Amino acid sequence: MSPSDLAVQEAAVPSATVRVVNDFSIQVATVNGSGSQTANLVLLRSIFQSGVPVSGKNMFPSNIAGLPTWYTIRANKDGYIGRKKETDFLVAMNAETAKEDVLSLEPGAAVLYDEPLKLNALRNDLVFYPVPFDKLVADVCKDAKLRRLVKNMIYDGVLSRLLNIELRQMEHALKKQMGKKAKAVELNMGALNAGFAFAEKNLTKGDPYWIEPMDKTSGMILIEGNAAAALGCMMAGVTVVAWYPITPSSSLPETLIGYMRKYRMDKETGKATFAIVQAEDEIASIGMVIGAGWAGARAMTSTAGPGISLMSEFTGLAYYAEVPGVIFDIQRVGPSTGLPTRTAQGDIITTGLLSHGDTRHIMLIPSSVEECYTMAMDAFDLAERFQTIVFVMSDLDLGMNTWMSNPFQYPDGPIDRGKVLDEATLKRLGEWGRYMDVDGDGIPYRTIPGDGMPSYFARGSGHNERGQYSERPDDYVNNLDRLGRKFETARKYVPKPEVVDEATEIGIIGYGTSHWAIDESRVQLERETGIKTAYLRLRAYPFTDDLTAFIDRYKRIYIVEQNRDAQMAGLMRLELSPERIDKLRSVLHYNGLPIDARSVSDAILIQEGRKDKASVSRTVVSGGLAAGKGE
Amino acid sequence: MATTTPEPAKKTNRIGLEMQPYRGGKTTLCAGCGHNAISERIIDAFFEMGVDPRQVVKLSGIGCSSKSPAYFLGAAHGFNAVHGRMPSVGTGAILANRKLIAIGISGDGDTGAIGIGQFVHLMRRNLPIIYIIEDNGCYGLTKGQFSPTADLGSKAKTGIANDLPPIDTCALAIQLGASFVARSFSGDKKQLLSILKASLGHRGTCMIDVISPCTTFNDHEGSTKSYAYAKEHDEVLGEVSFVPFFEDISVEYDPGTTKAVELHDGSKLYLKKVAEDYDPTDKFTAMRLIHETSRRGEFATGILYVEPDKDDFVTLLDLVDEPLASLPLERTRPGREALEEVMESLR
Repeated sequence: MSPSDLAVQEAAVPSATVRVVNDFSIQVATVNGSGSQTANLVLLRSIFQSGVPVSGKNMFPSNIAGLPTWYTIRANKDGYIGRKKETDFLVAMNAETAKEDVLSLEPGAAVLYDEPLKLNALRNDLVFYPVPFDKLVADVCKDAKLRRLVKNMIYDGVLSRLLNIELRQMEHALKKQMGKKAKAVELNMGALNAGFAFAEKNLTKGDPYWIEPMDKTSGMILIEGNAAAALGCMMAGVTVVAWYPITPSSSLPETLIGYMRKYRMDKETGKATFAIVQAEDEIASIGMVIGAGWAGARAMTSTAGPGISLMSEFTGLAYYAEVPGVIFDIQRVGPSTGLPTRTAQGDIITTGLLSHGDTRHIMLIPSSVEECYTMAMDAFDLAERFQTIVFVMSDLDLGMNTWMSNPFQYPDGPIDRGKVLDEATLKRLGEWGRYMDVDGDGIPYRTIPGDGMPSYFARGSGHNERGQYSERPDDYVNNLDRLGRKFETARKYVPKPEVVDEATEIGIIGYGTSHWAIDESRVQLERETGIKTAYLRLRAYPFTDDLTAFIDRYKRIYIVEQNRDAQMAGLMRLELSPERIDKLRSVLHYNGLPIDARSVSDAILIQEGRKDKASVSRTVVSGGLAAGKGE
Repeated sequence: MATTTPEPAKKTNRIGLEMQPYRGGKTTLCAGCGHNAISERIIDAFFEMGVDPRQVVKLSGIGCSSKSPAYFLGAAHGFNAVHGRMPSVGTGAILANRKLIAIGISGDGDTGAIGIGQFVHLMRRNLPIIYIIEDNGCYGLTKGQFSPTADLGSKAKTGIANDLPPIDTCALAIQLGASFVARSFSGDKKQLLSILKASLGHRGTCMIDVISPCTTFNDHEGSTKSYAYAKEHDEVLGEVSFVPFFEDISVEYDPGTTKAVELHDGSKLYLKKVAEDYDPTDKFTAMRLIHETSRRGEFATGILYVEPDKDDFVTLLDLVDEPLASLPLERTRPGREALEEVMESLR
């Protein structure tokens, strides 16, 4: 099935007489394992190098080779780089999905396809570009075994000509991609040129889409969220990493290994200033993180939903025994195995309240690759400050896709190692108990094994403020109340939301990757219907005072999430007053694809009574189980 | 004028510490529990070897056995983790600070059932840790259910016979890569103390399975983990003599009847050979010994296998000499130029 939704077209059909410059989406449909990733990244990078804002999203199967995969590139002169719902330019390389891919296009879209597929017979309202790939590749690649891989570079050459992307940008991108492999560069350059030459000679431009150089990406970088997070962990001074392979998280520790081997070997001895262990499972991963955190290291693991479920018991231990650690959750579609290679924000409630008994956990929620980087550092500081597990809630869209960003800033400040008892503090306090709240903020002083300070026995069983085993009702209540106070203190330390106020009755709340669709939707809503919206982007749990203040300023609040059950709204309902809860509505998107602006706008317009539900795409706009009152 | 009589000098060990920091809280386990005897031997071994308890971490999972770290080495930090997952917590702690001396206490259920996965991988990694299974063949804290080390046909207090064969944790540990594997009996004070002291001289995973009868739920007629049965069927391998590195004693021994092994810290181990061709540094003969004795319904005790030179996990990871946990920021945060280099590669 094509990932494109059968959306209802509302804008005028573009024609060749109209020039659509730097504002369209390309979808490349291939078979996974065919080496198309290189061609797609070269295409993405060449547009980026032309100064045009761009994003690339890989919609791939949970499979190594032989199943359909789609890569979507969106160029947008105004900088909107969330997913665009409609495909403007299709590159159809996969015989298996080609027909459905073509049938789902909007009238006026362009199709570049492998000639034998004869796709031009399917519709007469599209622009077709047949290319004899096998013939072209045979000419440039003598080795039959390599042809399958080189073939994809030909469509880059054709697109270079058709979309007006300078060939030298493609060449530059190819070299960047291939590094020093001169032979591979030469072979692929041959394919690029062959594609370009073929298009020049045989194809007549019939679509309206053009790339024209701009200056909107100069100095910027292209990076995946997982790599950005890995950089952040390295800069935070992480020393112990334990992980277990799982999509879409694996590339975070794997990238980290690369960075650490390059930049974190001791200058004098050449030995490692870090330990990275591929553990036997997620339970062992978090166990190692907790052991290391207890013994004073900055420790982290990275996982996805199934790993979060497995880490539940240990997370409760860390909460109760008060041990620091950082867990990255690169969210994917659940429940259970779910759709392992598709994106979601479906672990919010599970993670925020992970483990049995009364537990609350700090979650940081990055929207951008830059925040993956900065929040990695924030997470370690907060984990040590609050002596607890801190989660960084990324997702597949952010973690595995390529995003452009301003370059990351070097962290100048010191790191926060939290309240660790030393001689001076012990003298000042007079006495020390591991779980005594001496400062009134709920945060006790800890000692670290081997540091010579008084020992204590960390345990998940009931304990008093000296860490001794206790089943006394008053000890239990005192301890649990102090943990509650500690979580209240965290509200003042976590990253504050970003707020945009407007003279309007409508407020939107979003978080994580939903931001990109919301950002674009707000402009869309105003342009199409004159509706102005205010916006609050959450960046952490627990919520700060900004949330209630924002809800109080507007009449109707739309919480945009990529899950069915309005999970973040659920966490809000646990603590908001009934009057505030009454204002909450939901926009929910949970089909596994990154949320897009059109879906957000449509869902809001329907609930505002400005659009008929029947007129909107069948698949994505839904109130879910916990739909707001506007439904 | 009051006169004070000087107190008799208290016994101190080679690092000048008295017994007190080696003692723990008062035990809450049942009277006569084998685990208490093991705690006492641990106290003796660490005291006699002069190990600074402030450099020790005590780790455990869940169960009766796992409560016992509270009853020894009070000056050491301890961590009572979740059921069956002590190995991972210990691994993290040792990676954070390679200078720590780790002792993990587990039970036969905590290791053989819920924790078998982590046990297996701990052995594989040869992490420097003393891993003790206080083995009574049953779940004491939940009132006597069979554990995976209960022998086939062994009877529970209810009279029900166990219908599954046991997991031999020592055979498993040897096969998986632990470099010091021993079995003992909580009732054999001398042997257990020697084994524990020797384990402190070894670098790598020391897996010590100690038959430790449960007086409340598994000490009856028909149980193969009772005191009576253990005394009857304990097949003691030749005497274990241990000479710590700090004692300048030369031992004369007959290489024909005794095997000498030099441990990582220079301590020496003299093991009486049970048979002409027995070699505790050879995996194959160790495995054969375990299988042959268990076939006879006996259990061999002593140091079953030792591989003194095997690289431990910390060595394999090639860590810096200092504890990772206390490295200063200038050694754990790369410089500005490193970030700039990465940024440039992404442009």
